[in-house]
Amino acid sequence: MSQSAWQAQVYAELKQAHISQVSYVPDAGHAPLIEAAQADPAMRAVVLTTEEEGIALAAGAWLGGQRAVLLMQSSGVGNCINMLSLPANCRMPFLALVTMRGEWAEFNPWQVPMGAATPAVLTAVGVHVRRADRPDEAAEVVAASAALAFDSAVSVAVLFSQRLIGAKVFAK
Amino acid sequence: MRNAGTLERRAVAAALLRDPGDLLVVTGLGAPSYDAAAAGDRPLNFYLWGAMGGAAMVGLGLALAQPDRRVLVLTGDGEMLMGMGSLATIAAAGAANLAIAVLDNARFGETGSQHSHTELTTDLAAVAAACGWSATATAQDMQQVEALRPRLRREALFAVIRISPAELPRYLPPRDGAYLNDRFRRALGIRVE
Repeated sequence: MSQSAWQAQVYAELKQAHISQVSYVPDAGHAPLIEAAQADPAMRAVVLTTEEEGIALAAGAWLGGQRAVLLMQSSGVGNCINMLSLPANCRMPFLALVTMRGEWAEFNPWQVPMGAATPAVLTAVGVHVRRADRPDEAAEVVAASAALAFDSAVSVAVLFSQRLIGAKVFAK
Repeated sequence: MRNAGTLERRAVAAALLRDPGDLLVVTGLGAPSYDAAAAGDRPLNFYLWGAMGGAAMVGLGLALAQPDRRVLVLTGDGEMLMGMGSLATIAAAGAANLAIAVLDNARFGETGSQHSHTELTTDLAAVAAACGWSATATAQDMQQVEALRPRLRREALFAVIRISPAELPRYLPPRDGAYLNDRFRRALGIRVE
């Protein structure tokens, strides 16, 4: 399955889950989803300056009767930790799709510490962590995670493994 | 000492929130939450007791979800400083139905009144303007506050109100977030499963 094919399936699952706000800190691995959201008149794409803004945005969306998703890379997870007390305290759903860095053929050593810590810190703050390693499971994992988040009002992060996304190639 | 606010914060909040109608109100943690509650607790007030830096973005998500209603974020200088990037995010998103009012006492009042950046060097209204907010204002007396009230319910306005750093007795709104979330959504008529 090509990169764009599984990401199109993931986008279709976000639509199926009635998500209408997509916030993001850009990441090359999320580019197809961001472009799909921007091209979709029924979806509101919101570019953020830092990832935790997307958690507050999702809380506001929920208060107003809409569903949101946050797209980010693992380096942004550390920025989010205190803000995750918002959906936890308010018993609101929260869904994030996280592209992993620092775990598979990583060239940039600065990505490694946060990438390695990502599942543990999310779990520590109460986020349910799911992971997609293969193109043929990504859409199903997103669909199940959206159902968990929105039906059970909990925070869920789906980690797209770096093997799935493809390690970033740096020209030398 | 560039910030010499003299306005009494409860009087400012009472003026801004007078006759709220169906105004959707989000308050930043600390004293602005107390001020809004003192002005009259209501289901369409959503008080943040934490999530510092998030008030403006909660307002944006709400404004995008409810484009036919007005959203007012009432917060303090310290909370707004922590979420300063959100001023750029909100300007870029362009929500016409969202306004922000910052009660600026130039202090971190909740933690011992340490001077904030607005006391030292930072002008939040100028920051908002530089981020792309086309309407910004600063109020220093009650006449200016009264003039802000209709604008905050009509324009995408970022307003700074210079208030006195005097600390007032706390007036505590409910702090159970699940309760606040549930009653807000019910008041909006959102089906609660």
